[in-house]
Amino acid sequence: MKIKGSQILIQALKQEGVEVIFGYPGGVVLDIYDELHKGDIRHILVRHEQGAVHAADGYARASGKVGVALVTSGPGASNTVTGIANAHLDSIPIVVFTGQVPTSLIGTDAFQEVDIIGITRPCTKHNFQVRRVEELTRTVSEAFHIARSGRPGPVLVDLPKDVMNAVAEYTLESFRDEDEPQPRPPSKKAFQVLDMISEAKKPLILSGGGIILGGASQELREMAWRTKIPVTSTLMGLGAFPGTDPLWLGMPGMHGTYYANMVISHCDLMIAIGCRFDDRVTGKIDTFAQNARIVHVDVDPSSINKNVMIDVPIVSDCKSALASFNRLLKDKNFTVTDDQRRDWLGMIDEWKRNVPLSYCHSEEVIKPQFVIETLYNLTKGEDTIITTEVGQNQMWAAQFYKYDHPNTFLSSGGLGTMGYGFPAAIGAQLAFPEKLVVDIAGDGSIQMNIQELATAVQYKIPVKIVILNNGYLGMVRQWQELFYEKRYSQTDMTYAPDFVKLADAYGLAGFRTAKPAEVEEVLRKGLSTPGPVIMDFQVDREECVYPMVKPGGPIHEMTLGGREMVN
Amino acid sequence: MEREKKERILSLLVSNKPDVLARVAGTLGGRGYNIETLCVDATLDPKVSKIILTTIADQPTLTKIEKQLMKLIDVQQVTDLTKIATVMREMMLVRMKLTERNKADIALIIDTFGGRVVTLNGDHCVIEISGNRDDIEKALQSLKPLGIDDMSRTGIIALERTK
Repeated sequence: MKIKGSQILIQALKQEGVEVIFGYPGGVVLDIYDELHKGDIRHILVRHEQGAVHAADGYARASGKVGVALVTSGPGASNTVTGIANAHLDSIPIVVFTGQVPTSLIGTDAFQEVDIIGITRPCTKHNFQVRRVEELTRTVSEAFHIARSGRPGPVLVDLPKDVMNAVAEYTLESFRDEDEPQPRPPSKKAFQVLDMISEAKKPLILSGGGIILGGASQELREMAWRTKIPVTSTLMGLGAFPGTDPLWLGMPGMHGTYYANMVISHCDLMIAIGCRFDDRVTGKIDTFAQNARIVHVDVDPSSINKNVMIDVPIVSDCKSALASFNRLLKDKNFTVTDDQRRDWLGMIDEWKRNVPLSYCHSEEVIKPQFVIETLYNLTKGEDTIITTEVGQNQMWAAQFYKYDHPNTFLSSGGLGTMGYGFPAAIGAQLAFPEKLVVDIAGDGSIQMNIQELATAVQYKIPVKIVILNNGYLGMVRQWQELFYEKRYSQTDMTYAPDFVKLADAYGLAGFRTAKPAEVEEVLRKGLSTPGPVIMDFQVDREECVYPMVKPGGPIHEMTLGGREMVN
Repeated sequence: MEREKKERILSLLVSNKPDVLARVAGTLGGRGYNIETLCVDATLDPKVSKIILTTIADQPTLTKIEKQLMKLIDVQQVTDLTKIATVMREMMLVRMKLTERNKADIALIIDTFGGRVVTLNGDHCVIEISGNRDDIEKALQSLKPLGIDDMSRTGIIALERTK
């Protein structure tokens, strides 16, 4: 039987196991929305297309499944670009469907026409324009396959209106993942790594987002525990290794822990897995891990030798690489005694003792770190998902909340997108309705996608928003304080809405406090109130994130807030 | 690793689709690499096109370019022809105004570089010369003082000498 393109699309999405679509309707996607009206697939009506893409992204990060967004042509499509670029830099599998003007009008500057294929070419893993209805099923299937295979990433599918209206025979055509096996490490390399581990006196594992994307947390833990090698993870990798484990070093880099950065600079072997050596992690490249031989495992060959020169490159997905290391370690009966690691772990313990992550608590004014610590104490466990916005709030959330489980810390790492956290929290909550989802926000970034409050209220999505409200664009202000002699150019955000009244206006609960003594009470009240909630914490206005490595400086030279540490 | 910046020739097999060239060009341009010459045409398989491009880069940079190109879904194969025994050709068409004084010199140059006159219209002629990049450069330098009207060059095409 022949059916319409819009019907084929819905069938193809169901075939891919799509449970929820985040979207916003418009002229050229009316046929698709008419199909959605039948209710076969759940649709969440966002209030801005950027929110739809971030929500799909948050859904994908929390669940490991492909997130889906659907928008109209023109401004609907161009509004998705930031969300797509965000998913691209963090390798998040999403498929974005954009409406397009009818094929006969493409290229005529028609109403609500943009060349979204051209616009998103550099920020998607791949994109398609479906020009014939016969290509639709296969294209959808290919789009999902590309999004989730290898190094995952966003794929855009542009759907001209006439293609959605045309009829064709619907046949099941799918691209099977097993057709293309993931690259695996050659066994010679695994032996080499084993030898290097045996020889190393000061080994380190640096893990990244690839561990979480590749579902390799268990394998990572097994390897670290067996070899007693300490672990540091990039922002994208937080949660892959337990934040409460004695081998855990915290995050490295610009706002990493003192000890993680010291370990990087002193280690003699770095096993880097599923990370891409971002400048925020490496600091000055010439001095990065300068005493170490570096093994780098990544599924994307272009990540290897891109920023840092590698001694042993291994192109492989993280899970099979770690599994092969573990198998070999087991076969060879590899054991490390506490004695063998005593010097190295002792040295690390001393760094941990000397310069722990810390802040000066105050009874007068709320320290933002105190809010995160209290939140952690109230919510730790695998049933909490934390999302963040970008800036100081994000760094404090990375430093002071301990993540014991993968897929529980969702943050815009590569692009640094303000306004990411709240819609991402909505997406994560839809993936896991029973979990507690908290967006740690700043007063600046929460305003970037604040319109999604209506979405949360409409669908009763019980996301809890914790605003660390300092009345500044805090991270930019911090740079102005440190590098621009406190000239706070355009970073004062004192003119903001009353967030409690705003919550009321949207129809959700809002709480506020400026007193340290009330922080726990407000958090308890907010977290236990059903439905979405805003908690507005008026924090110390000029608190800075420390440690801090100067941009472009060596990572072992850190400012620790008041006392300089140069090692 | 070879740190010398020099001309490198890449041969790409790509899907024969409308926007593949834009993807290839965008991948190089977006990361700050310049395409010096470019040649695109069909292969024996109508679904596959061959792109021959040259760029000036050192070896590590070229490796990065190759890896980035391989990430494109529509790129099936990338070969660095600089490293392989390869036949390289470029073709140039040059339009010249003929005068009593330059005729003999032009004829000599055509003869030297194995070129030929394609058309002769009144006092204008179009010359075709093909050869490796060096020959083309030399021919061009010889013709320049004789008064070139306009010219067009193909960029490099190249083929491995053996399979």
